Amino acid sequence: MDKNNWILLQTICSHYQVESSFFTNLRDLGLIEIEVIEQSLYINENQVHNLERMIRLHHELEVNPEGIDVVFNLLQKIENLQKELITTQNRLRLYEN
Amino acid sequence: MAFIDYYKILEVDKNATDADIKKAYRKLARKYHPDLNPNDKDAERKFKELNEANEVLSNPENRKKYDQYGENWEHGEEYEKARKQQQQYQHSGGQHGGFEGFSGFSGGGDYSDFFESMFGGGQRGSHRNVAFKGQDFNAELHLDLKDVYTTHKRTLTINGKNIRLTIPAGVENGQVIKIAGQGGEGANNGPKGDLYLTFNIANNTNFKLDKHNLYATVDIDLYTAVLGGEITANTFDGKVKLTVKPGTQNGTKVKLKGKGFPVYKKEGEFGDLYISYNIVLPTNLSHKEIELFSELSKLREK
Repeated sequence: MDKNNWILLQTICSHYQVESSFFTNLRDLGLIEIEVIEQSLYINENQVHNLERMIRLHHELEVNPEGIDVVFNLLQKIENLQKELITTQNRLRLYEN
Repeated sequence: MAFIDYYKILEVDKNATDADIKKAYRKLARKYHPDLNPNDKDAERKFKELNEANEVLSNPENRKKYDQYGENWEHGEEYEKARKQQQQYQHSGGQHGGFEGFSGFSGGGDYSDFFESMFGGGQRGSHRNVAFKGQDFNAELHLDLKDVYTTHKRTLTINGKNIRLTIPAGVENGQVIKIAGQGGEGANNGPKGDLYLTFNIANNTNFKLDKHNLYATVDIDLYTAVLGGEITANTFDGKVKLTVKPGTQNGTKVKLKGKGFPVYKKEGEFGDLYISYNIVLPTNLSHKEIELFSELSKLREK
């Protein structure tokens, strides 16, 4: 496997001073995917954005992993609604002069 | 520079205890945190104000200073003196005034002029966690509908850096495209941030767009509508000959398959063009024309 796009979980743990159990909790809830490469835990680079969001919610707002799951579901809903709104607004142009 | 009422921002009164302030801050932070308010500039601004208010009021030294000078902040001299003392204090390498209490939230960083003039810039960010992944950039690209009819390359300057991008045909107004790795540098070899490009597409054409379908109205004269005939109509990128059937009613729609807008990231695929006929009645009739119309009208009378 190409290690280029994979980040050692330990690096993120020490950067944020977060216990690795926090990440395994997130994985158990299906919020992130953790890959084992040569007996070390890795996370794909494309998940870092969301992972950092989860760390912030945890650190800054004291939201636990279950709460983060709820937040992410609602954020997904908001994102879908915002997209729908843009599509609808674009459609509205049809009827405006 | 305007005075900022930090108590008002945190919705507490001046006698609020440290615990009150902490509680108020936490409650408001849960409401306005940027991670919970995507694409919400108001929330972002409020969150920054909250952080600033918290950094002042949650630190006993800062709070004391604010209470003392805050109301009389216009009295420049006193103010300036206090400010210089503060700076000397910092330069002497003594105990840093930093913000204790709870660690600062991310997404702050920008302080108001009011804050900077009272507390200086030296204390900023002492407790902030620098993100591992680089900062994401957001940019808006204003284009004309004509620009996105064809796939083309474009050079954008974002944060002083030139980025050459391929703009795919059929990109939609309001669409956001993520360009990986074009954001800020990461910390500790962390990945670079991404660039989020929002397309703002103005339509200055005579066509209306719905997804990939185009809509246009074409005027035809009464005689062509009644008797039928051939007309030439504009498509988005050219012209097309159309046969109008005899007895065509006003508002009749014809569908021109594949003459619509290109479908995003589906090369060679196009929407359809719908043309509505607008029948234009003759005006300013001559005597002769009125005579002939009257005759026609009599033919239709029962």
